[in-house]
Amino acid sequence: MKHFDVVIVGGGHAGSEAAWIAAQMGASVAMVTLRRDTIGVMSCNPAIGGLGKGHLVREIDALGGLMGQAADAAGIQFRLLNRTKGPAVRGPRAQSDRVLYRKHIQSALASLSNLHILEGEATDLKITHGRVAGLVLADGSEIATSRVVLTTGTFLRGVIHIGDVARPGGRVGDKASVAMAQRLESFDLPLGRLKTGTPPRLNGRTIDWRQLEMQPGDEKPSLFSFLSDSVTARQISCGITHTNAQTHDIIRANLEKSAMYGGHIEGVGPRYCPSIEDKVVRFADKDSHQVFLEPEGLTTDTVYPNGISTSLPQEVQLAYVRSIAGLHDVEIEQMGYAIEYDYVDPRALRLSLELKNCPGLYLAGQINGTTGYEEAAAQGLVAAVNAVRASRDLESITFSRKDSYIGVMIDDLISRGVTEPYRMFTSRAEFRLLLRADNADQRLTALGRDLGIVRDDRWNQFTEKVEAIDAARATLSAMMVSARDIAGTGAKLNVDGPKRTALDALTLTDFGFDELRDIAPETPVLPEKIAEQIKNDALYANYIRRQEKDISAMAKDEATIIPQDTDFAAIGGLSNELVQKLAAARPESMAQARRIDGMTPAALLVIAGYLKKIEAKKAS
Amino acid sequence: MAAGTIFALATAAGRAGVAIVRISGVDAFGVAGRVMSSVPADRGLRQIHDLNGALLDQALVLSFAGDASFTGEPVVELHLHGSPAIVRAVLSALDQAGGRPAEAGEFTRRALENGRLDLAQVEGLADLIDAETEAQRRQAMRVFAGGLGDLAEGWRASLIRAAALVEATIDFVDEDVPVDVMPEVRQLLKAVQVEMTTQVAGVAAAERIRDGFEVAIVGAPNVGKSTLLNRLAGRDAAITSHVAGTTRDVIEVQMDMSGLAVTLLDTAGIHQTTDFVEKIGVERALDRAKQADLRLFLIAEDEALPLPLQKGDLVVQSKADLGNYDGLAVSGLTGDGLDEVVAQLTDELQQRAGSAGVAIRQRHRLAMQGAIDQISTVLDAIELGQLPDLLADDIRHAIRAVDMIVGRVDVEDLLDEIFSSFCIGK
Repeated sequence: MKHFDVVIVGGGHAGSEAAWIAAQMGASVAMVTLRRDTIGVMSCNPAIGGLGKGHLVREIDALGGLMGQAADAAGIQFRLLNRTKGPAVRGPRAQSDRVLYRKHIQSALASLSNLHILEGEATDLKITHGRVAGLVLADGSEIATSRVVLTTGTFLRGVIHIGDVARPGGRVGDKASVAMAQRLESFDLPLGRLKTGTPPRLNGRTIDWRQLEMQPGDEKPSLFSFLSDSVTARQISCGITHTNAQTHDIIRANLEKSAMYGGHIEGVGPRYCPSIEDKVVRFADKDSHQVFLEPEGLTTDTVYPNGISTSLPQEVQLAYVRSIAGLHDVEIEQMGYAIEYDYVDPRALRLSLELKNCPGLYLAGQINGTTGYEEAAAQGLVAAVNAVRASRDLESITFSRKDSYIGVMIDDLISRGVTEPYRMFTSRAEFRLLLRADNADQRLTALGRDLGIVRDDRWNQFTEKVEAIDAARATLSAMMVSARDIAGTGAKLNVDGPKRTALDALTLTDFGFDELRDIAPETPVLPEKIAEQIKNDALYANYIRRQEKDISAMAKDEATIIPQDTDFAAIGGLSNELVQKLAAARPESMAQARRIDGMTPAALLVIAGYLKKIEAKKAS
Repeated sequence: MAAGTIFALATAAGRAGVAIVRISGVDAFGVAGRVMSSVPADRGLRQIHDLNGALLDQALVLSFAGDASFTGEPVVELHLHGSPAIVRAVLSALDQAGGRPAEAGEFTRRALENGRLDLAQVEGLADLIDAETEAQRRQAMRVFAGGLGDLAEGWRASLIRAAALVEATIDFVDEDVPVDVMPEVRQLLKAVQVEMTTQVAGVAAAERIRDGFEVAIVGAPNVGKSTLLNRLAGRDAAITSHVAGTTRDVIEVQMDMSGLAVTLLDTAGIHQTTDFVEKIGVERALDRAKQADLRLFLIAEDEALPLPLQKGDLVVQSKADLGNYDGLAVSGLTGDGLDEVVAQLTDELQQRAGSAGVAIRQRHRLAMQGAIDQISTVLDAIELGQLPDLLADDIRHAIRAVDMIVGRVDVEDLLDEIFSSFCIGK
């Protein structure tokens, strides 16, 4: 029987990233997937990044992950969202060519000699003494391993709904995984049901583009990977159109035929990605919604209409789509559908993404209740890192909320669970001003190097960048400029204020390197990325200083470990409700306990007091 | 913090009509069940016995499940006949039945820890129990009823709404969110700021209601201050004699004036003296008088005032029995004019007490002042066209300041607000 250090089940975005990371770390890795040719496929919208999500991709890249470079290679339209807002909340986003993306992922994985890709359906886990011992495939073959990462996406008991027609399936054209879902149930895991939806896919040749407003990409594209210099694929524009009163009338008249509104779906869908039925019902006073027409690639005519996902019957889909400007003669290539699937309540996981109840089994991606390629890939990375480390008897790595969006997401999932498909937003990160897309490398690349993921080319480039930034900072700290000169450039400040260093002057919102050079010609000429980084750090410096107390408080909470065998009922002074919640969540640290729903400051005091007491007992 | 099921006499010790013993803890029903045949599901009459079965009393027994009790734990109350002997016997039986005597404040502490009361409510409860005057009782009741918590919840909701509006322009840039959210943000912030400012102004008055107003009686030696005080207080609190400078120390008399707690300060006669001890008395008198909430100047004829007059101070002619005067005049000896002085005094104090809100402590005032300042920063930043991520951070800090009063904020609250308000969904 073959033996692997780590086996990845699934070849979507979580699975691909997990396989890449585990192999980069030097482990012997197997990936089990239903079909080799669907590895890295984009099942939903053909885009990577966006607000919050772009941050995740940058972080994955900074750690030496795969997604950033694949998105750059496949990008056919790059836009930096929130360009006019603060740099902390800018999010790189790219329209992707589906084929190029998939090919990049597949060839990257194929290049790894220690990764073996097996076609087949994983149906069962071998458990010995309560630990994972191997994986069983549908054909009866077995793989010996003590670390399995499950990334089954929407395939666990997936059901596809179009109108009142429902059939099992993990994605259109693919079958669902029922056997594995049943196996998971036997571990007594808290399973829930979620749903998500996609819009109908349109034939681009039947769209009247002349009627539509076109949106080109940015002139200067913001790429994802710190290693990328320029775009490689041809760049295109997206179309913009709008639903209208007639569209809404058609939808309203057929609401009861929708799978969602006809009562066929029990799963909870995301509030931030509502179907067009949802939009029409919940925002009845609006008679128009924006629709982006996004080409799915350079070599296909398929167009993804972003903003009108639906589970209405075929004839209704066709009718409402054709009521939209520019789409009067459109042909639908594939109907929109809603998909319902099982997820595991992520509170059953440790921060390493290992199941508390089943050592050796890790979960990543939509199976944990998240949505989005970026969220999935980030979890794949975390699970793979920890699975490999565990196989080497090394401590697990915890990503902190104060260091990364990855940490924010993992902590949110494990401490709070999900009530709807979880996606990243910048507002989820309390230290958002610190966790920027532009400094992801400075936050994480050293960690990636320590973990053995970051290769020499990335590491050398990174250390050069850090040295350049340090040198430039030293120069700018030694330059003095007067308040009067600064005000002369149009920046708002008190002209009678004291002289300040050039670095300090850059903390002003409306004062940048161009202005600085106007009043101080000796200002060094810096590469754009270096200058941008220094300006961004300076802009937020005062705010970040204010957050330092919170950051160190969080660090202290994270360092205060709560033993996994803690009997919360025995602590005393905690309400029954909280005792139950704590027992269910089994927080690993005070930081996690703090985030449990319903936690009170008084209860935290009680727990902290208890921990001190047992520590004192241990010490004596 | 020790666990276990606790019990204590909840009413005052001593002979009374009824004595209530309260039992709280996970095993409250178990402990109570050992001294009676069965714990009633809601209420019922039960015979209370010790563990040997000897009858101790017949009591009305009330039971509360954890989600309905004051402490957030199962609670059983025994309404006994108010005899110290019965109470002693029942407490001893409960001890043997597996309970333990509660420590001071332990019931309230459990209520706080179990989230049944917030910190402000606990403060209100402590004040309620300590309340001696009617105004103190009313004020404590307002806080205990969650008045401050309700207010803070309202402010919090407004600030979260403001933050959500700003966040929506950040996280849902391509969505159908309102184009310019700033007018509403500004309006929300200003409204909260105005309400908080009113509460801050009332804190001083609220503290006076709780701790009592200080009224200093100021005047030259032997002008009759002590006599007046004694008449007001209705008892001989200060030494009264006809030798000038008798009252060397500051004498305090606490009294209830129309429901307000008032501490009257009788100060040493204010005059030039060479007597060392008396000099200390004079200095102390001036000091205390200056800091008092109100000064009642008691002067003979057209004497100059020994201290500057502050707003609301009363000037009273002393020894009204020795002549006729316009304005306030009082005779410490006969009591003539006293009613008039008392009426003016209480009028003034009640006016001041009227401005008290539900924020009654310095802790509240500091938290609110912090939030007010933070909101000013945000409003300035909006005028300057500051970046939305910086605005959002400033608003979050204002929310944190409000939460210092009762609870804490969470990003989930922000997202809930965003989702419930806007059409979002690209």
